Parts: sequence; C-alpha cells; structure tokens
Amino acid sequence: MCGIVGLFLKDKALEPQLGQLLTSMLVTMTDRGPDSAGIAIYSQENQTKSKLVVQSDDPLTSFSGLDETLSNKLGGAPIEMTVKSTHAVLQVPTDLLTAARTALTNANSGLRVMSRGEKLEIYKEIGLPKDVAAQFGVAQLSGSHGIGHTRMATESAVTTMGAHPFNTGDDQCLVHNGSLSNHNALRRKLRREGIHIETENDTEVGAAYLTWQMQNGATLGEALERALDDLDGFFTFVVGTKDGFGVVRDPIACKPAVMAETDQYVAFGSEYRALVDLPNIENARVWEPEPATVYFWSHGGTPTSQKAAA
Amino acid sequence: MQTIDMETTSLRDLNATLHAQAEMTNQTAWSIENPKGAHAIACGLDAPIDVTVKGSTGYYCAGMNKQATVNIKGSAGPGVAENMMSGTVIIDGDASQYAGATGHGGLLVIKGNASSRCGISMKGIDIVVHGNIGHMSAFMAQTGNLVVCGDAGDALGDSLYEARLFVRGSVKSLGADCIEKEMRPEHLELLADLLERAGADAKPEEFKRYGSARKLYNFNIDNAY
Repeated sequence: MCGIVGLFLKDKALEPQLGQLLTSMLVTMTDRGPDSAGIAIYSQENQTKSKLVVQSDDPLTSFSGLDETLSNKLGGAPIEMTVKSTHAVLQVPTDLLTAARTALTNANSGLRVMSRGEKLEIYKEIGLPKDVAAQFGVAQLSGSHGIGHTRMATESAVTTMGAHPFNTGDDQCLVHNGSLSNHNALRRKLRREGIHIETENDTEVGAAYLTWQMQNGATLGEALERALDDLDGFFTFVVGTKDGFGVVRDPIACKPAVMAETDQYVAFGSEYRALVDLPNIENARVWEPEPATVYFWSHGGTPTSQKAAA
Repeated sequence: MQTIDMETTSLRDLNATLHAQAEMTNQTAWSIENPKGAHAIACGLDAPIDVTVKGSTGYYCAGMNKQATVNIKGSAGPGVAENMMSGTVIIDGDASQYAGATGHGGLLVIKGNASSRCGISMKGIDIVVHGNIGHMSAFMAQTGNLVVCGDAGDALGDSLYEARLFVRGSVKSLGADCIEKEMRPEHLELLADLLERAGADAKPEEFKRYGSARKLYNFNIDNAY
C-alpha cells in the first residue's frame, strides 16, 4: 500500500495555497504510508534560474559554504542557497544546471540530488507525512502544480533515497503505488544503456525507464504508453512535468485512484478522503481513471500523443 | 429520523449505535452526515433500519449487511456491500472496484457505473448496475444475478459457476468458460422483477444473458476427488 496525491491548478488565484492544499491531502493519506513521505512542487520565481535540491544526513557540515564552493567551481557564477532542514535549494543559472549537477556529484560530500529543473523542487524524508511536511514548511509553498506520496515500503529499504517522488529528468518526477516485478532485469538493461540508477528500489526503475524513453525521443505520453507494455507488476503512477501532470494505471488496476476536476483544478487521490477538503469539491466531477489509459493535463498545451481526459 | 454527524461522532461510535438497533427498534430512519470518504461506514448492520449516507464513502461501506437498507447519496469506494447477506444497498453515484464481492444475498443497486471486479465471487446477491461495469466482473461468480444496463468491460464472468449475468449493452470480452445463453421466459420474468426493484428504466427484452459453459476442469466429474 502507498498513498498518492496530486493537484494541478487551473486557477492562478489558488497558487499561493498549493502547498497548504497538498499538505492536507498528503496527511490524510498517512494510513496508506506512514514510513516516509515526499512532495514535488512546481514553481518559478526567476525565469533565468534553475533549481537543484540536494539532501544531506549531515546538513550542518555539508551545506556550510556549499554555495561558495559551487560558485567557485562554476567560474564565479551567482548561486543562491536556501537551507530547509536536511535539504538545500540551490538556484543556479539555467545554462549551468548540468555543470552544477556534475560538480556536486564529483564533490562526493555526502550530498544527494533530490531534484533538478527550472521549476521542480522535491522534498522527501522518512517519517510521518505530517512531520515531513512540517520539516520542510511545505504548507507555505506556492506553485502551479505538485504531487505527493506517502510510502509503505514493500520492495526496498525505508531510506530517504527510497522515498518518492523520484526525479527522472529535468523537471520530471514520478510517484508510484504498487510494486514492479521485473525491476531487476529492467535495471540491468537500463544501466547498460547508460541510465544512472541510484537504488535497489522498483519505482526508481520505473522512473528511469521513462527517462530513457524520453531521451530516445518519446514524448511523456508515448513513454507512459510503452511503460504499459514493458513494466510488469502493479502500478498507479502519477508523473509531474514542468507544465503539468499525468496519470496511468496498469491494466489490472487494483491500486486505487480517484480524480476530481473543477474549473479551478484537477486533483488526484488514492482515495476520495484525500480530496474532501479541496475547494468546491461537492460540485466537482469525480471519477475513477480507467485502467491502461494515459491521462494528462498541461498548462503549456505542448502537443503529446496521450489520450486526453474525458 | 436520527442524525449522526461524522464531524462530531467517531466511526466506531457510529457503527456501535447502528449495531445496537434491535430487530423491533422503532428508530428506523438514520441519516449520516459528513461521511467525507471514511472507511467502513454502516458495516455489519443487522436490523431492518433505513440508513442514508449523505455523501461519498471510502472502503467497505455497508459490508456484511443484513436486513438494513443503506442508501449512499454519493459515490462509494472499493468493496461496497462486500459479503452482503440480505437487505438493500443503493448507491446514487458510482461504485469503485469489487462492489458486492462475495455477497450471499440482498439487492445492491448502483445508479452510476461500477468499476472493475463488480460481483466477484458473488454467492447469491442480486446486483443491478444502471451504468457500465469494469473488467473481470463476476469472476468466479457462484450464484445470484448481475444485471448491467450499460456495457461490460473485459473478461466478463471468467470461471463462472451458476450465477446469471444480464447485459443490455456491449461486452468488451467474455472471460474463460463464459458464454452467451438463450433468454427463456423465466429469465425475462426474473429480470423484469429485478429491474423494477432497482428502479431501472430498461426492458428485459433488450438484454442478453451470459452464463457458464461448464467446460472448465472443475466441472468434469472425473477430476473430482
């Protein structure tokens, strides 16, 4: 069991409340996953900057002077750092994002990269969802859309890196309820293809699979369609991208999913309970996403091949 | 009319109150406010009472029901009316997966659509769905009737025993050993009664009947121990 929530805002007026709404949804799903929790929020304050979110078990040492060190390695580029508990958000010039990531990886200072992208920030830790949300002040965050996950581990250890969401590529992330049964073979295949996979976690393989497909020219919709053929096991996936979010369930569809749509938002929950505090939910269109069907909502309107929601 | 507000009453207290209603209770009408998707609402009832749930419910609403009539004024989560023994459960909206699973008796009416595995392993319950049903419905259904006024998803009636399935619309695919069967007068009569009791505006003549071909391993007497 695990819990998933997602909220995609159509109404900009709700953006300051995104973190608060998502936190409430996430905490409601505590019964489904008390081991660890994570949240991905999409927001952009600065058009020329991108964000790297890093984590450390020893934040005091690791984050001390990290912005200066990174700036020096990037030829004096301006770096802004905001430390939030065990995570630090590093704002770097967008054209230096890849270089910054490489520099951090090479530094080998116990830093783990949680996310990278223009808009994406991922915060995740072990512990109860309410504690994790409070640790990072998620309720105070604003943004255009976000997804969250409460984990009850089945396939790998309860660690920070085993928590969801998984960052798959720039501004892409994935959360999963279920268990993949062919993840070992697929991990070997993807590693041979040069895809970086950090853990023995099944979901990370799902995330890496999507990254690999998209690196090879697939749109997110196409990658999700192919996932239906190549991933074995149970899954309800919610994926986040720079402009939107998508939902896909395996053909057996035993992992629960409920969606709600109003003029103001599209919301996803593992259970209806997670949606009950959303504004005007009484008048929302509420439905269960169909098995083996890709749903996608986007702010950008970038054409993709996925089936639009009804 | 007794009203219980779930904002102020715990689920345990709510169910204990409903369980305390004896056979001859004169408090026959109950209204449950603010269900907000909670699990196990009105489970295990055993008295001839009417319970109206004013909103949508989570897992296992009205499970194991006996005698009571439970009306959900919204949609129901997974496992609604699971293992129902008798009584009536009416859902005004949609039902999630395995609605009426393993039900032994009573009538389950879903006015919207039902999701996958509707009536899985049903053992005597009658289920009437005004809309469509999802895949693997009536899997290993043993007895009882499943009536679908809309369409059925993949693998309808897989490994079926003696349950009767009636579908008005299309069937995406039939499961192993499930076949279309002739509609005889007694089936039309049965169907007319079920449709009327479920308030469904459909004519029995518009339906097709499906049942077990009885060709699987377990139907061959030579395989018996």
